[in-house]
Amino acid sequence: MSAGGFSARRLTGLVYKESLQVLRDPSAMLVTFALPTVMMLVFAFALSLDQSHVPIGVVLESDGAMAQDLAAAFSGSRFFDVTPARDRRELAAQVVAGELKGFVVIPQDFDARLKEGSRGPLVQIITDGSQPNTASFVAAYARGVVTTWLNGREGAHAAPVSLDARFWFNPEINSRHFLIPGAIAIIMTLIGTLLTALVVAREWERGTMEAVMSTPATMLEILLGKLLPYFGLGLIATFGCTLLATHAFGVPLRGSYFALFLLASAFLVPALGQGLLISTRARNQLVASQLAAQTGFLPAFMLSGFLFEIGNMPGWLQTLTYLIPARYFVASLQTVFLTGDVWAQFLPNILAMLAVGAGFFGLVARNTRKSLDV
Amino acid sequence: MRLVAQIVKELLSNLRDGQTRLSFIGPPLLQLCVLSFAATMEVRDVDIALVNDDTGRASHELVQRIAAARFVNEVIVVDRPDAIAQLLERREVLVGVHIAADFSRAVAAGRAATVQVLIDGRRGNSGQIVLSYLQTITNDYGAELMGVSAAGLPRVEVRHWFNENLTYLWFIIPGMTGILVMFNTLVVTALSIAKEREQGTFDQLLVSPSSPLEIVIAKCVPAFVIAITQAALMISVSALIFDIPLAGSIPLLFLAVVLFIFSLVGIGLMLSSICETQQQAILSVFAVGYPLIMISGFATPVENMPSWLQTIAQGSPLKHFLVIIQGSFSKAMPPLEVLSNAWPMVLIGVITLSAAMVIVKRKLQ
Repeated sequence: MSAGGFSARRLTGLVYKESLQVLRDPSAMLVTFALPTVMMLVFAFALSLDQSHVPIGVVLESDGAMAQDLAAAFSGSRFFDVTPARDRRELAAQVVAGELKGFVVIPQDFDARLKEGSRGPLVQIITDGSQPNTASFVAAYARGVVTTWLNGREGAHAAPVSLDARFWFNPEINSRHFLIPGAIAIIMTLIGTLLTALVVAREWERGTMEAVMSTPATMLEILLGKLLPYFGLGLIATFGCTLLATHAFGVPLRGSYFALFLLASAFLVPALGQGLLISTRARNQLVASQLAAQTGFLPAFMLSGFLFEIGNMPGWLQTLTYLIPARYFVASLQTVFLTGDVWAQFLPNILAMLAVGAGFFGLVARNTRKSLDV
Repeated sequence: MRLVAQIVKELLSNLRDGQTRLSFIGPPLLQLCVLSFAATMEVRDVDIALVNDDTGRASHELVQRIAAARFVNEVIVVDRPDAIAQLLERREVLVGVHIAADFSRAVAAGRAATVQVLIDGRRGNSGQIVLSYLQTITNDYGAELMGVSAAGLPRVEVRHWFNENLTYLWFIIPGMTGILVMFNTLVVTALSIAKEREQGTFDQLLVSPSSPLEIVIAKCVPAFVIAITQAALMISVSALIFDIPLAGSIPLLFLAVVLFIFSLVGIGLMLSSICETQQQAILSVFAVGYPLIMISGFATPVENMPSWLQTIAQGSPLKHFLVIIQGSFSKAMPPLEVLSNAWPMVLIGVITLSAAMVIVKRKLQ
């Protein structure tokens, strides 16, 4: 058996040894089974973009019948939980304290203005701008309540031009349905990148990496032997997350398991490559974990389009997202769950993930060769 | 005296290494500056697929208005509705607009004219915002057609307190500060005892004359030093470089930072006292840290969560800290409000630190 060549038998042996090591390591099991479950539960319940019952105040400065009718319209809205008041000063403090997200002022001369057809604004809406999203929501829906109320009063001549809107793939616009597939990408980043970075960094830290290197096994065999078990764990975790998503959280899986498996495999290539790269650079678990969090998890969380739409970011940051493998994975996952197998989207994404992965492995190859020279 | 020596040793062992020292300052600051720009819900540069079966003036006018809107990047004109379907499926457009052949005739005849809008539900959040923009365009157009005097007039006056233009960065940067400080503090403290245990030096520490209290205090100090430096740097960057108005009381904010770190050190040490190896410690930080972020209201408001989860969210120090730091920037939150959001962090810290002490003590016996 030559030391230089690639030996399938040696690789099998290495994979077997590494797999045993993984199976005996309680923290690897924790990351594969417990962590995804906890994360899926948290993502599913904590992340919701569907706002309703936002607490606001309604200041009724007038006793007029019309004013009271409008106030009642606010109380009846399912978007708001209304705290009534007579004086705006009562509510200002609650807005500062964050208990109310804003308030509507129906002024003293509301009825009079309405009767004489005054051209000025009829009501004032104040929002808590320190939470910009909620503020826009309050402004938009409060405006909606006023408009609907006015239309109803004026005998509702139908608007001449109206929109008939339909949301495809997710008709109820349930934010869970697109957040949960995205969350799978985040969880896989944790498994692929963090776990590999830690495991291999530990080998460097303890010096056992050098011991393995001094055997006849080649660098390629050693690294493949290390990575393949984690590749398997990653796929198992994807499968587990998918079952949770479809059975526990009611997310439809309209695409095929085959496409899902292919996408997950393609994503694991850059994820594992990045973990390996971090471990060869850091060589101590503290730094490795910091790097994995800051170059792996946080970018996947913030820059993948999982929570924040990439198209809305500044141009330079959009360019940067092309380097984040999760970007391609999140978009594909949302499609495979909600739309079906759209190969015209999957294939370019798979290629892109493999290309990023090839880049990481190229850097690893350069780094490890150097380290052996020293 | 023994305590001082112990603290010096802990500081040295954490901060001697250049790579480590750098990893506490450089990357978090970079993250703060880069990632904060990602977090925007403002919709821009939208691509719209359009099928216009109508040759009349009214549809032409409407298309012009949509194409000229600020949020639109490109209107892709296609011939058939299935082409819209295909572009939507591939995520190449967010919205498809289909104007039927009788649109202009309906408008001219004063009948209700309807435009079909198809939206990618996978991007439901942006989709809803774009729909509201389109709604405004058609409402304005409709009002003009009717020549209604009051319809085009604003019937409500909106004012956004504290952040007039709803600049998203003002919201996100204080939040990111909290997250980054939290992660670093948790990792540093969680590793502290676990590392000694993995390397076998914990036994030496136990046979030394130091009491458990001294051991725990000494382990806290480096995390405090690192985290306070980080927080001070990030808050300065927020105020000086990003120009976020720091309207609240600075000493109170500083007090909140200290209490926040105190609660995190408690959580970190509790994890550390349980874990046997560094790897377990780091993984447990991730397992505990991410849920703490998710339920803190950073990503989505706490009020959107089911009420049982809102109760659990009270246990996340980040939740309380975000209220204070976001309140101190821009809002000038009154001292009483700051304090009423600060005491839960003290409580979390006391509970977790006592737990850590008990566990360390048990290992002693």
